[in-house]
Amino acid sequence: MKELSLHILDIVNNSITAGASLIQITIREEEEANSYFLIVTDNGKGIPMEMVDKVIDPFVTSRSTRKVGLGLPLLKQNAERTGGYFHLESVVGEGTTVTCRFEFRNFDRPAIGDISGVIAMLTCSFTDIDFIYTHFTSHGEYVFDSREVKAALDGVSITDPSVRKFLIEMIDENLTEIKINR
Amino acid sequence: MTKIKSLADLRKIKDDVQEKIRLRENADQPEKLVQIKVGMATSGIASGAKEVMNFLIEELEKRNVDAVVTQTGDMGYCFAEPTIEVILPGQEPVVFGNVNVKRADEIIEKYIKNGELVDGIIPRNYETIDNK
Repeated sequence: MKELSLHILDIVNNSITAGASLIQITIREEEEANSYFLIVTDNGKGIPMEMVDKVIDPFVTSRSTRKVGLGLPLLKQNAERTGGYFHLESVVGEGTTVTCRFEFRNFDRPAIGDISGVIAMLTCSFTDIDFIYTHFTSHGEYVFDSREVKAALDGVSITDPSVRKFLIEMIDENLTEIKINR
Repeated sequence: MTKIKSLADLRKIKDDVQEKIRLRENADQPEKLVQIKVGMATSGIASGAKEVMNFLIEELEKRNVDAVVTQTGDMGYCFAEPTIEVILPGQEPVVFGNVNVKRADEIIEKYIKNGELVDGIIPRNYETIDNK
């Protein structure tokens, strides 16, 4: 995956498969500390203890359609090759948190890519699931909460293309405001 | 900063959207809409499924085709990603493989609009080698 936003789109699918109803995506840019964090937390069914160590094995997956599961291993590889780390914590029945640290000033750190498109795509595709996307930079923070969007729409379908277009623009402009690293 | 869009702006466009949906004939009958699912697992994403999905959403709207485009997990056709499943109203689902933007365009024009079959259909009875 060339972009961080594609990794997000990918691993959020794990949360959805785990039956999560709330998925929180947090990006924290700490340029001074040379750190760039991606944290994805869900309230899905969690991963049993004996599986936690295995999820980063490319030849392990909970699926039956195929035998490889590359989503998490690819993310881990990308984080580690910048000098960062990948960490997964899970409690059965409570949920799972994936934390990745990338080195901020590193040639191999994937660019964020089309994050507004990904957040809008997730929000409009999985209407029963709520997403909170928080992005911190030294210039401030932006919080996108799909529950607020749904409340503002007041029953109007969130899947309508013009709503999606609006969400992309809204997220984009707010991210520009806090000067995220593109 | 007045440029920043907020949820208050969303409330403003809400009424327009509502009106637009009301004017559509089939809005309250999802079974009369074209339904498209785009495979969005690791293999799909890595081979460009997101771009294809964006293209489908935008072009179907521009070309006035009432459709619902959603994403789904892996359909088990990793060798042919990106894959999309198209259900025309009242018909059996058809799965297309190796769909790039150009092929998506062909699928809209030929299959969705006219019902003509195009190359790249993955037969529904396809089984992986393991299952044989």
